[in-house]
Amino acid sequence: MTETKRSTAAGVKITDLSKSYGPVEVLKAINLEVKPGEVVCLIGPSGSGKSTLLRCVNLLEQPNGGSIDVGGYNVTDPDVDVDQMRRHVGMVFQQFNLFPHLTVLQNCTVAQQKVLKRGRAEAEKVAQANLEKVGLGTFASRYPDQLSGGQQQRVAIARALSMDPNLMLFDEPTSALDPETVGEVLSIMRNLARDGMTMLVVTHEMAFARDVADRVVFMDGGVVVEEGTSEEVIGNPQQPRTQDFLKRVLDPTHVDVE
Amino acid sequence: MAMTARQRARTSLYVQLGLFVVAVVALVITIDWATIRSAFFNFEAIGGMFPTIILVGLKNTIFYTIISFAFGLALGLLLALMKMATFAPYRWIATGYIEFFRGIPALLVFITFGFGIPTAFPGVVWPTWLVVMVALGLVAAAYIAETLRAGLQAVPRGQYEAARSLGMPGWRAMLTIVIPQAFRIVMPPLTNEFILVTKDTSLIFVLGLAMGDYELTKFGRDGILQYGAGITPLVVAGAMYLIITLPLGQLARKLESRSARTKR
Ligand SMILES: Nc1ncnc2c1ncn2[C@@H]1O[C@H](COP(=O)(O)OP(=O)(O)OP(=O)(O)O)[C@@H](O)[C@H]1O
Ligand SMILES: [Mg+2]
Repeated sequence: MTETKRSTAAGVKITDLSKSYGPVEVLKAINLEVKPGEVVCLIGPSGSGKSTLLRCVNLLEQPNGGSIDVGGYNVTDPDVDVDQMRRHVGMVFQQFNLFPHLTVLQNCTVAQQKVLKRGRAEAEKVAQANLEKVGLGTFASRYPDQLSGGQQQRVAIARALSMDPNLMLFDEPTSALDPETVGEVLSIMRNLARDGMTMLVVTHEMAFARDVADRVVFMDGGVVVEEGTSEEVIGNPQQPRTQDFLKRVLDPTHVDVE
Repeated sequence: MAMTARQRARTSLYVQLGLFVVAVVALVITIDWATIRSAFFNFEAIGGMFPTIILVGLKNTIFYTIISFAFGLALGLLLALMKMATFAPYRWIATGYIEFFRGIPALLVFITFGFGIPTAFPGVVWPTWLVVMVALGLVAAAYIAETLRAGLQAVPRGQYEAARSLGMPGWRAMLTIVIPQAFRIVMPPLTNEFILVTKDTSLIFVLGLAMGDYELTKFGRDGILQYGAGITPLVVAGAMYLIITLPLGQLARKLESRSARTKR
């Protein structure tokens, strides 16, 4: 009943993507595909280029080479209308990045009104429905700083969903959260995955990756080292670097001090 | 004889207090109070100045301050955005402007303006309010621009990125998301700049004002000649400025402590 209309899920196809900061090559000829409706988790050590890859998909970073296709739309084409493309690509950040001067409801309506040119009543209806979806229907008139971290991140998800995206990008959405609020955000993401949203998720939550991801991609040093189903990559990794990384992440006594 | 640190501090306090009392007593004895009274606080002159000083002087000072500040704010925002632009010539222009107007006395700008406008536009008569607004606003903009730029840079980059990732064009992200937050951050220094503009209106007499255009200082200076009551009119004018500036200063401090509290 509160279900909002969903545009069709879009796939992502990344071909030979490279990105450098000055002389430092951060992404080296990355190839990666996310099929419509699929959930792909990106894992890997700090500095391996996961965020950079994600941010290239909606052009928050400009790639230096290769191409990215989102829903049959070549976003790396220099003539592409970036703003038009981003309307259909939702992004959730590690630091939430809610707009602190706007209420929770306004956070979810501002882009609908200014970008999609929806009327206020319609925008509020969509926003309210999405807030209910993340369990925050009664928080509409609050300001972000009156919410816990987990609640803020759920609002951020509702904000992105209010644009009716056909692809959602998550960059370590639970890394800035207190341990007890991680679960509420992950369960929202589980529901989204179940509803058929295409998702590309950078995460350190191995349990989530194992349960939810259709495919897991392990990156290190700017290249895709290993990819496959979650059973393959997390359950039975083939590459030494993947094995090493998983050992460190899954076994707390081996946690790297760096 | 050795003294403890505490004894030393107490002795030094007594010495300071003693010196202060001596200085006050000396002033009280030597000052000619009757003359002071008639030259600074002449009651007839004070009575004669009201209510005109409020209806004309205070009113114009407030009016000039508001229009100049508004003009300075608009131009200052433009300069602040130019200073952060990726297009280098914009940055050069903004930097040049800001350095120039912050580096020369405001009085020189006003004199140049008062002389330059009629010279540059012969035959066209600018209304006083317009000349005042532009002259004061041009100077204020240089200071406001620096304040706003600091505010814009204090808004986390993630705010801009979140707005862009929702499909907002760059200008829309700035207008709807970044600039409102920047203004909040710089409310205290902006209030202080408003106070500075209030005081700077005292310099615009050099533009040549008609009687109805007098602001507080010009009004007071005229009063000196009119009443022959020493500088009593200027004392009254000074009190009028304080009526504006003291509450604003209070406001700025309150805003400052509030933003210090909400910062976590
Ligand atoms: N704006 C930038 N300028 C220069 N170097 C950058 C910039 N952004 C990222 N890098 C570098 O690119 C590399 C990859 O960074 P990225 O943030 O993509 O890593 P990550 O896998 O997301 O790491 P983490 O798990 O810590 O978030 C790092 O070595 C980082 O130092
Ligand atoms: Mg990252």
